[in-house]
Amino acid sequence: MVVPQSAAQLTSWLASGRTLFLTIHLLGVVGFAYIVARRMVPLFRAEHDFRFDQPWTRLGKVLQFWLGQWKHPRYRTAGILHIFIFTGFIVLALRAFTVLMVGVSDNFVMPGLSGKAGSVYDIITDYAATIVFLCMAIAVIRRLVFKPARYAVPARYGTSHTADAIFLLSLIAILMVADSLFAAAKAAGQAQSGQPVEMLAVLSLPWMLQKALVSVPFPTLGTFYSGAYLVHEVTFYFLLCYRPFGIQFHVESSLFNIYFAKLDREILKPVRWGVGDEHLDQVKSFGAKTFENFTWKHMLDFYSCADCGRCSDNCPANAVGRPLSPRFITIKARDYAFQHYPVFGRAHDGVALVGSKERGGIYSEDEVWSCTTCGACEEECPLLVEYIDKIVDLRRGLVDEGNVPQSLQKPLKALESRGNPYGKMEKKKADWVNAKEFQQTCHVKTLDHSNGADTLYFVDSITSYDDRMQAIGRATAKILAHVGENFGILGAAERDSGHEVRRFGEETLFMALRDHNVDAIKASGVQRIVTADPHAYNALKHDYKDIPPVEHISQVIAREVKTGKIKFNPLENKDSVYTYHDPCYLGRHNQIYDDPRNVLDAIPSLKRVEMSRTRDRSFCCGGGGLMLFYEPKEDQRMGVKRVQMAAEAGADVIVTACPFCMTNIEDAIKVAGMEGKMTAIDLTELVDQQIARECPDLKKEQATEIKECVMASPN
Amino acid sequence: MEILVCVRRVPDTSENEIELNTAGNDIERDELVYSINEADNYAAEEALQIVARVGGNVTVATVGGEDDEEVLRREMAMGAHHGVLISDEAFSGSDGRGIATILKAFVDKGHYDLILTGVQAEDGGAQVGGMLAALLDYPFASLVNSIEVLDGKKLKISREIEGGNKEINEIDLPCVLSIQTGINEPRYVGMRGIRQVASVPIPTFGISNLGIESSAVGDAAAKVKRVDYFIPSLGKGAEILHGSREENIDKVLELVAAKGGLK
Repeated sequence: MVVPQSAAQLTSWLASGRTLFLTIHLLGVVGFAYIVARRMVPLFRAEHDFRFDQPWTRLGKVLQFWLGQWKHPRYRTAGILHIFIFTGFIVLALRAFTVLMVGVSDNFVMPGLSGKAGSVYDIITDYAATIVFLCMAIAVIRRLVFKPARYAVPARYGTSHTADAIFLLSLIAILMVADSLFAAAKAAGQAQSGQPVEMLAVLSLPWMLQKALVSVPFPTLGTFYSGAYLVHEVTFYFLLCYRPFGIQFHVESSLFNIYFAKLDREILKPVRWGVGDEHLDQVKSFGAKTFENFTWKHMLDFYSCADCGRCSDNCPANAVGRPLSPRFITIKARDYAFQHYPVFGRAHDGVALVGSKERGGIYSEDEVWSCTTCGACEEECPLLVEYIDKIVDLRRGLVDEGNVPQSLQKPLKALESRGNPYGKMEKKKADWVNAKEFQQTCHVKTLDHSNGADTLYFVDSITSYDDRMQAIGRATAKILAHVGENFGILGAAERDSGHEVRRFGEETLFMALRDHNVDAIKASGVQRIVTADPHAYNALKHDYKDIPPVEHISQVIAREVKTGKIKFNPLENKDSVYTYHDPCYLGRHNQIYDDPRNVLDAIPSLKRVEMSRTRDRSFCCGGGGLMLFYEPKEDQRMGVKRVQMAAEAGADVIVTACPFCMTNIEDAIKVAGMEGKMTAIDLTELVDQQIARECPDLKKEQATEIKECVMASPN
Repeated sequence: MEILVCVRRVPDTSENEIELNTAGNDIERDELVYSINEADNYAAEEALQIVARVGGNVTVATVGGEDDEEVLRREMAMGAHHGVLISDEAFSGSDGRGIATILKAFVDKGHYDLILTGVQAEDGGAQVGGMLAALLDYPFASLVNSIEVLDGKKLKISREIEGGNKEINEIDLPCVLSIQTGINEPRYVGMRGIRQVASVPIPTFGISNLGIESSAVGDAAAKVKRVDYFIPSLGKGAEILHGSREENIDKVLELVAAKGGLK
């Protein structure tokens, strides 16, 4: 007796192996192709999305985020497990194909994998199968014993996904065992029949199985051999066809999802791809009102989500109990797609996405308005699923239907008529420069026909009108004056940057504000723009076009610290511990993490600590712009959580670089009852307070007098 | 159901700093921004919700000048089917009764089952709704904060009465109701919506179209005239508590209890 080289030579009850396996192959492949084709149906009914440009950049993304698994190690245990599984799958792909082929073809050898190369590959696959099997076991144990909180499904979002996850993990484990048993039985049979034995990798799963099978009689080995093959065959195709019904679809879709991922993330999706601003009036409906209003890429996102929960684990709205969990934005849409575009039967579309469950809605209005667009979810997603564009498109749909929370209608109306959300008079926009002490030390000119400047300080609404935030405006102006900048402001001609107006879905109003500002900026003739408001910075940099280059004040300060134009006095209170809170629109959205930190570290005797959530994992303080007017349903304020994080880090001063952060954090300090224990200060205020201003009448050697002079100079 | 909503354009109190002019007989109007009178907006929303339930048309009308067209467009962007501008030189200077007379003449030209007004204009005196009903000899209810259509001939309404309580009434159609704010949540209208109705024609009705005697309206007919305008001087300031947090809490509780706010 000899062991057949190929499973095709096996015979079972009725059919030859070749016939049986060919049938399973065909059924499996045709079944999978049919299911995938059905899954693609909504993508063809979806909105356009231009994702076919820049193939090399996209391939680079694939190398980094797909093959390189770039985001995975951010969650160490799960990430490393996934890297092992992913690598195992990649390694095993050829092996799986070879195994499938030997079911129908005698002596099939993968081209390039004959001889020595084949033996090396076999050794590697033995280990790969073993590692994948072990990873499955660990993953099951994690799910059942350790139960990471982010996998839990809150009652309002349905029932636990654990059973499905374990079912899928088990199927993969079975596949690995069947594959290994097939190889082990073959090797054991070869040994018993005196054929040359295929070497199995020491201590691998097939190797151990082979050891266990050494004394098994030859006919039983035959049963194991054919049985293992059949189990492998059936499991493989079952898994293949089952994957498009759930989270495992990412095995297939992730490659495409990453290839087609958004390249310029900082730029918000236009209302319609391919429709310019001037033609928007002809667009009948704005935003995502029905599932089909999403773009095909957004639908692909829904299919690709692996339900890992990292987005929601980092979502500040979710953390404070707002009715928003990005994970379920995706899962609910995916379930909607499966339900409304079934594999068998007719598709039924056109149901409003936002609204009551009874009417078929999957999202609530509060859910859609709860997002601060901080970007923490997108930063974390290993599959580069996009959220902000979808939220904004859902909001555009609501705005278009007139469905805007009452608390936001007044500020929106005021933005329309007065150009700021507070409804304050335009002529009072520059009143902040008239503070008595400030006026004596720093003159801020308003740019017009007779008054030009190189640099525009774009102040924006909150810093212009809010009594507390005006201090940030004055500090910024004093810093610009100190470094010798020839600058001015637009005054009454400046309207709100419209940053949140756009992100709240009011595109038309945003366009009006933007066009007004662009005209005013151009008319001022400035060469560059500086702002101390990250939201304005982001709007000017990414939402506006054809204006001079824009910088955030922290970039200017960092540069002037380097050139030596800005020097600091040592801190007076050396016991204070500082921590820097990254504003979302400075950090995550614009990668300005180091400049503000470098500035702080340049201040002598300043002790600085980092919070646990920092840099690209910074925790949103509650959102800016219109979010200040929105009344969310929440258990706690985001700012309170953030202030507690600062306290945990051992800090008693929170430095930030955004007037909205300042509003939220100062409020949160009061709400948390931490007045006196914690203070907040803007980077500009701290810099202005610590800047060493030399007194022109004194010589440098008169050190003590200089010090006194500095102390006496008004801050 | 055919519904007429009478609306008015007023200086937006939340977006203006109201100052007296130098003569002291009016407010400074140079830099004012205007919007629809808030209560009228609730009335229009209510009308739209009623026709969404029972069918029909909503017409919005205003007595004013060309500038007032903007509030008609805003309500048309909300979904109102028709907008009508009632405008004539002869109308200027009309008092509340004059406006009601003009509106009555307009109502007589059409067939309306229900006429809604806001509970009062922000710069007015809550006069027109009641007077219009009287001139039309229609039943009238004020401060209405819910409307239910019973059988096409009657409405079941509730009226807000002192202390936030509600009084439920049945009222025969046709009737005039003055609508209280908070009856609904008016939908949002943005620039895009207004732009979409920008080219819809708005007919203008003048004194001759409506067949009104010129002696019945305008300055000459007004029996209520504004003689002065003043902003009250600031009264005694608020009481500021200067204690610790706990002391202040105790003091606040004591003050609120003393005024009967705590039971």
